[in-house]
Amino acid sequence: MIRVVLAVLALGLSGWMALAEDFKLAVTTSFHNSGLSDVLLPAIAEDTGLNVQLLVVGTGQALKLGEAGDVDAILVHSRAAEEAFLEAGHGTHRRGIMYNDFVIIGPASDPADVSKAETAAAALMAISTAQVPFVSRGDDSGTHKKELSLWAAAGLDPAALGGWYRPVGAGMGASLNTAAGMNAYILSDRASWLNFGNTADLTLVYAGDPVLFNQYAYLPVHPDKNAAIKHEAALRLEAWLVSDRAKALINEYKVGGETLFVFNAK
Amino acid sequence: MNDIFEGLVAAALLVVTLDADLVDITLRSLQVTMTALVVASAIAIPLGTWLAIRRFRYRRVVIAVMNALMGLPPVVVGLIVYILLSRAGPFGVLGLLFTPTAMIIAQVIIITPLIASITHQAMRDLWAEYHDLLISLNTNRRQRIAALVWDGRRTLLTASLAGFGRAIGEVGAIMIVGGNIENATRVLTTAIALETGKGDFALALGLGFVLIALALVVNLSIHWLSRTEREGRW
Repeated sequence: MIRVVLAVLALGLSGWMALAEDFKLAVTTSFHNSGLSDVLLPAIAEDTGLNVQLLVVGTGQALKLGEAGDVDAILVHSRAAEEAFLEAGHGTHRRGIMYNDFVIIGPASDPADVSKAETAAAALMAISTAQVPFVSRGDDSGTHKKELSLWAAAGLDPAALGGWYRPVGAGMGASLNTAAGMNAYILSDRASWLNFGNTADLTLVYAGDPVLFNQYAYLPVHPDKNAAIKHEAALRLEAWLVSDRAKALINEYKVGGETLFVFNAK
Repeated sequence: MNDIFEGLVAAALLVVTLDADLVDITLRSLQVTMTALVVASAIAIPLGTWLAIRRFRYRRVVIAVMNALMGLPPVVVGLIVYILLSRAGPFGVLGLLFTPTAMIIAQVIIITPLIASITHQAMRDLWAEYHDLLISLNTNRRQRIAALVWDGRRTLLTASLAGFGRAIGEVGAIMIVGGNIENATRVLTTAIALETGKGDFALALGLGFVLIALALVVNLSIHWLSRTEREGRW
């Protein structure tokens, strides 16, 4: 009985899905929260006929979905993790598409004087000296990995920091909500921050250090994993992502008058 | 407080303008949950009734396990269903991951123990009352189950509605197995989680009020259709 119901459902669904060529792309929350996907997806459907279905997850989960062969390609931003992914044979290659940058968000009163810091590492050092609340993503995402590398650059071990260091284990938006509630400092990508609605008393306190550069890369999943992976479509999407149309759309995408992403595919 | 007011305004706007996305995700929420409810009820109601009238050695253990499974954490169910349906998992060839079917499977697993437990509880009391009568009429087990289910239908409705309530408001499992894909697997609860993540509390609350209203409408219409709580019939 149940099997029959499920079989009928599965049949109905597969028939319905055959209408457009669906393509599953795992992307990071920061990319989706920026709103850029709303601009790119219709253009992709128009030019390539691909109905890109976004799975919005953290970089860690995106890589895991690629590893299991459940998505056709991934678009993430954590270089070391991406290289390990390729090393293990889960992807065919890596193509840099665009970048944005990370910024440090904090209370408007800036109790740790972060805005006067010379470098990102010095900014974190100032927060640790002042012992003011700092929210960490704590979810193994690209942003979290960047934050950990900044603590390492400042010569501090996040695990040994005091109670003011609060890993929340959540996505960018949820973490920003938490930071807004606690009036805490937080590392965010610029796109998520500019699109964030519930800013409360928070403001951008530090940006501009070259180490805060955030490269997004596109990695097709290796087609050997299973027969359902659409590698040909993955290459078609890659060709579109590095095209002039994509370049124009990415470079011209603005929120509140600010450019979010810079196209740099080669 | 201001956010709640804005949420009410957003909900009213969405409903009044019949926002296309809202209609789409609301219908999908209903489709997924109603299908899961029908499948789960088809398993749980006979199972719960059978457990009430049948005596066997490990009955207590089975009932205790079923009661414990009422508290199954949806996130864990989601993760297990994900691993099973993943292309790298045992049922990967079916290609069900990130489809409404996967969400239905997860919800069936979550609500079946709940419906079965409430059914069992109600049927046990009813069986105590009907026991002598049904035995003396020399009924077989199938007839006994049928008689109990029919006479206990109002309680069973409550059991099913409890299942509906748990399924329609569930987010942890369907987020993992459905993936919250726009126009494919996005439902009300995952959309609320997404808008909260974006910090758009007004829209998130608006969707939340739509969800609450939907649960109310479904409950009221089922009660109205089945004519419960009317004078002389309750």
